[in-house]
Amino acid sequence: MAEAVGLCRPEVICAYPITPQTHIVEDLGVLVKGGQLTDCEFINVESEFAALSVAIGSSAAGARTYTATASQGLLFMAEAVYNASGLGLPIVMTVGNRAIGSPINIWNDQSDSMSMRDAGWIQLFAETNQQAIDVHIQAFKIAEALSMPVMVCVDGFILTHAYEQMDVPDQEQVDHFLPPFEPRQVLDPADPISIGAMVGPEAFTEVRYIAHHKQMQALKVIPQIAEQFKGIFGRDSGGLISTYRADDADTLIVTLGSVIGTISDVIDEMRDKGQKIGAVTIRSFRPFPLDEIYEALKNTRRVVVFEKCLAVGLGGIVASNVRMAHRGLTSPVYAVIGGLGGRPITRASLRELFEKAMIDDLEETTFLDLKQDVVDHEMDREEKFTRPGAIAENVLRQIGVVDVAKTT
Amino acid sequence: MKNRPYAITLDVGSSLLNKTGSWRTMKPVYLDRLPPCNNACPAGENIQQWLYHAEENGYEQAWREIMKHNPFPAIMGRVCYHPCEQACNRGDLDQAVGINSVERFLGDQAIKFNWKIEPGKPTGEKVMIVGAGPAGLSCAYHLRRQGHEVTVFEAAPKAGGMIRYGIPKYRMPREKLNVEIRRVQEMGVNIKFNSPVDDTLATKKQGGFDAVFLAVGAQVSKVVDIESDGVTPVLSALDVLRNSENDEPTGLNGRVVVYGGGNTAIDVARTSIRLGALDVHIITVESGEKMPAHEMEVREALEEGVQLMNLRSIHRSEGKTLVLEKMVNTEGEWPQASGQYENFTADVLVQALGQNVNTDLFAEIDGMIINEGTVQVDASMMTGKDGIFAGGDMVPSLRTVTAAIGHGKKAALHIDTWLNQITHEPGPKHEIVNPSMMNTWYYTDAPRTVRPTLDIVRRISGFAEVVGNLDESNAAYEARRCLSCGNCFECDNCYGVCPDNAITKLGQGLRFEFKYDYCKGCGMCAMECPCGAIQMQSESI
Amino acid sequence: MTDQQVKFYQTGTLTAGNRLLDSELRTVQATIDRSNSLDSGHRACQGCGEALGARYAIDAAMRATNNQLIAANATGCLEVFTTPYPESAWRIPWIHSLFGNASAVATGIAAALKVKGENNVRVIAQGGDGGTTDIGFGCLSGMFERNDDVLYICYDNQGYMNTGVQRSSATPGGARTATTMPIGPEPGADFDKGKSVPLIAMAHNIPYVATASVDRLHDLEAKVQKAMSIRGARYLQIFVPCPLGWGFNPASTIQIARMAVESGLFPVFEAEHGEITASTKIRRKVQVEEYLKLQRRFAHVLKNPDQLQKVQNIADSNIRKFGLMSSAGGEE
Repeated sequence: MAEAVGLCRPEVICAYPITPQTHIVEDLGVLVKGGQLTDCEFINVESEFAALSVAIGSSAAGARTYTATASQGLLFMAEAVYNASGLGLPIVMTVGNRAIGSPINIWNDQSDSMSMRDAGWIQLFAETNQQAIDVHIQAFKIAEALSMPVMVCVDGFILTHAYEQMDVPDQEQVDHFLPPFEPRQVLDPADPISIGAMVGPEAFTEVRYIAHHKQMQALKVIPQIAEQFKGIFGRDSGGLISTYRADDADTLIVTLGSVIGTISDVIDEMRDKGQKIGAVTIRSFRPFPLDEIYEALKNTRRVVVFEKCLAVGLGGIVASNVRMAHRGLTSPVYAVIGGLGGRPITRASLRELFEKAMIDDLEETTFLDLKQDVVDHEMDREEKFTRPGAIAENVLRQIGVVDVAKTT
Repeated sequence: MKNRPYAITLDVGSSLLNKTGSWRTMKPVYLDRLPPCNNACPAGENIQQWLYHAEENGYEQAWREIMKHNPFPAIMGRVCYHPCEQACNRGDLDQAVGINSVERFLGDQAIKFNWKIEPGKPTGEKVMIVGAGPAGLSCAYHLRRQGHEVTVFEAAPKAGGMIRYGIPKYRMPREKLNVEIRRVQEMGVNIKFNSPVDDTLATKKQGGFDAVFLAVGAQVSKVVDIESDGVTPVLSALDVLRNSENDEPTGLNGRVVVYGGGNTAIDVARTSIRLGALDVHIITVESGEKMPAHEMEVREALEEGVQLMNLRSIHRSEGKTLVLEKMVNTEGEWPQASGQYENFTADVLVQALGQNVNTDLFAEIDGMIINEGTVQVDASMMTGKDGIFAGGDMVPSLRTVTAAIGHGKKAALHIDTWLNQITHEPGPKHEIVNPSMMNTWYYTDAPRTVRPTLDIVRRISGFAEVVGNLDESNAAYEARRCLSCGNCFECDNCYGVCPDNAITKLGQGLRFEFKYDYCKGCGMCAMECPCGAIQMQSESI
Repeated sequence: MTDQQVKFYQTGTLTAGNRLLDSELRTVQATIDRSNSLDSGHRACQGCGEALGARYAIDAAMRATNNQLIAANATGCLEVFTTPYPESAWRIPWIHSLFGNASAVATGIAAALKVKGENNVRVIAQGGDGGTTDIGFGCLSGMFERNDDVLYICYDNQGYMNTGVQRSSATPGGARTATTMPIGPEPGADFDKGKSVPLIAMAHNIPYVATASVDRLHDLEAKVQKAMSIRGARYLQIFVPCPLGWGFNPASTIQIARMAVESGLFPVFEAEHGEITASTKIRRKVQVEEYLKLQRRFAHVLKNPDQLQKVQNIADSNIRKFGLMSSAGGEE
């Protein structure tokens, strides 16, 4: 991915280390310091908040800017995330999707990107390593076309730490696809402007409407750029959604990111047995392709939304978004929360899940592979004591990770 | 039209649409206030203004500013008692500005470089002036500037009045005096010497004059009757000084006693020292504090060896002895006789007890009001007789040269309006600046340059000028100590200190203007104006 | 000023300008063609010290960089009163991002300029004491340690004024703010708290650190000029009184700044690479009362001998530490 970003000729790279994005940035650092990536400033910042702030300054001054983060880091820069989109700066940021604490967890789920879904950034999810490369290249073009920041979400460890043979485009191709950055507005002594005014009630609504409207325009721009990309690089690596064996499916699995790899394997197995099951992968989560998803779902009998994130107090985040696309249709939409905190998603579990789905034997919201006995025991314990203590630690004791004798 | 995001990005200068001037309740206004020096000058000089020019080394310009009011700066720089310096606000900071020194320097520069004043365009009016003393000459000068024809009748062989015949050479070098008088003559003033006027009205009619200015001074010595056997000669101060001027014998030998406590007494005493008197005593009824003589004069006299005996009156003269009666200080104005006597040896006694006006000359003129020995005049310097004006020592006056010059100027102004049959309305007097209106932090610390004074020995052995001159470098220095009270001297403070950029700088010499559209009335400009040229006034809402 | 005995300039360099001085010795503010980078029509309170300090500093920087300047501003009074939609009072390219990231944004701008080879365009980051000493402290320290080519200017009015006069870590002991009210056994702000960012900046070993005050215009401009002649991280803290927050008549802003410096409470000095190189001497020393009595925020301190002594001690200690009294006793 570092190479792909490098090919886009970023002018300023600034990032703060956080698992699992560290080596993308490290690799970029090596490219810069080693001289392969020229005309590029690499800045070691002191926090993620600083990282995105530096990116804001750099982008406002007219430089193509890149940064990367994950999880806690994304939240630490939350103020700046809203700020960047509010100011309309075409920053591209890789988010190596990782769970959010507490409890601290360094493994993959998509909670972090989801926490920023309404901040005004375009959010694109990569399914494969090849796509991870390709989407980054498209991201710069999309961002600069719309003057809007783009978040490229790649599942932590799965896509960030994989070794695989990739087709890395060459510089000439990328240059042909991605011309130099021409900012919509820039800090320039020859033509001074004041960026970042205070806007009061009389104009604020309009500003927000315009931001929303622009993102809706991205629904056209993203597919256009995917087309252009295909034209030059020969791959279908973008767009709003992709489908897998979905045309005549009775049951459709809707998901995001790399899990589609495992899911499609299971679909193949089941299709071999004659079960009509297929999948829809959302590539652009923001803007949310309401019409495209509606079209994809309208003929199926049931929808299972498989997501690696959770809206505490509600249930499925992606499911809620999908349900909005699904308006007017009568087929049930089941939400399945799985893979939280990096829990492996096995084919066996998925098969079992899909079997149940096909006979509509699913709750509205299901947690995949939930250890029910641990949870039941914890609920019992809480009811008995008025001060139940730390939940996580108790669970760990339950499942035997922590030796009870040594800690009481 | 740039594709800028709505509301988030703003164009430069767009704040100028917001006229914050509507916020204020107080409004700053530039004023020219009256500096205390200008206010104190009897000649009405615009001291602040000529110092302003001197600060920039604009000496000729400065001199011309003085000459608008006072034709004799080289003289005044030597003989004026500088009430301006006593009023000077700088005195509150360190020491008063040496205005007198700078004036003298400028006067001397004018002499050195031969700067001239042109008379005005001829008006056809003719004015007669009696007396070529400071009042008469000043009046003549100002009238010539207005273009009137002027003839001065002077009884003495030379012009100058008391400046020449009352003030000794060591204070007023005659070369400089002559040059300044000649400058007035070169403007076309006709002075007839040795021409006393006995009948004013007749002379007026004969000469076809349209108006008259009387300035005969107070040249009659006041003499007190002292019981005397005639051994010790009794002289009058004026006679002595006149003789000295004319280089004729004065009679000041041996033990000289000068009776009187005024400046004339000091002049006689110091002259005596120079003429080689054995010793010189000033005997005066007043106490040291109440002596009318100027402090500076007394000090210099004492330095030169003159001795002072206060609180004594001379009872009688017997042979070479004067019998003195001691006086005692009282609550009232005048000390009382104590009844105690002492003897004092004297070779000559000079009476310097004051001067009177010879009012007989004018008693015959219809309408003239003579009161307490002086001729009365109204606010326009006109006597009771229409068209006859008067000034100087002969009218109620401070009896200084400066006051006389002021009278001459004022009379000239009024003669001009009287001749033109117009009435002159003086403008309202501006507020006088006191230190509380100023911000004196901004003036750099600088002591007063002190005029070099001649060594004592050199002083008393001749009539060389006692107080020396400032030179060019320290004259500018001294002028720059001026605080420019109440008058903007373009320090740029208001322009620099306004948080709202609500002042326009108009350029060198053009000062500043408030942008009332934006001024919020905070008052910082007024507070930080060093010279007090800005006032906050209530805003009318 | 050369030879004081012969050449004397009436107000010397104490006033903004002086027609008797050569034009190089006058301030930028005294010139007719000053940039007015912060122009009229802004919504600052009457007598705002920060508006003045900002114009002083930015105009001087514009002069020093030949008008090639970009500024990043933190949230606060300065940002709010200069850019309320639809009016902007700035005449330079300017960006406001967030409260705590002005220095990081400036770092980004500087990096972009470097990449583009715009070596003559310089960057200033600016904010109030709140945005500098507290919430922006992390980014500030990061910018310092990386020695980014940014001049950070902190307008120190000793509190969060924009949000209604709350205490910041720059609020001096004894001062009344909305969160340190003059009640109870320890009225006003605590004396044993607070931090000196100039000293912290010095500890980062950056090329240039200085403090300045709005009452000393020549000094302030000279420091900005000097700062812009240096590359790398630089820090300038300008003392800017706040009439509303400190409780004084808006006309007295400059006078109060003057008293702060003359009492020793606000030391004016310069440092390079962690060592103090110069200090501006006190001209006519005053006791701290002269400064405190002008402000309502210190009204209770004047009645409290204990607190008063503490304040005097701070002033005396500053005088000693920074060498604020000249050996000659006077200053020109």
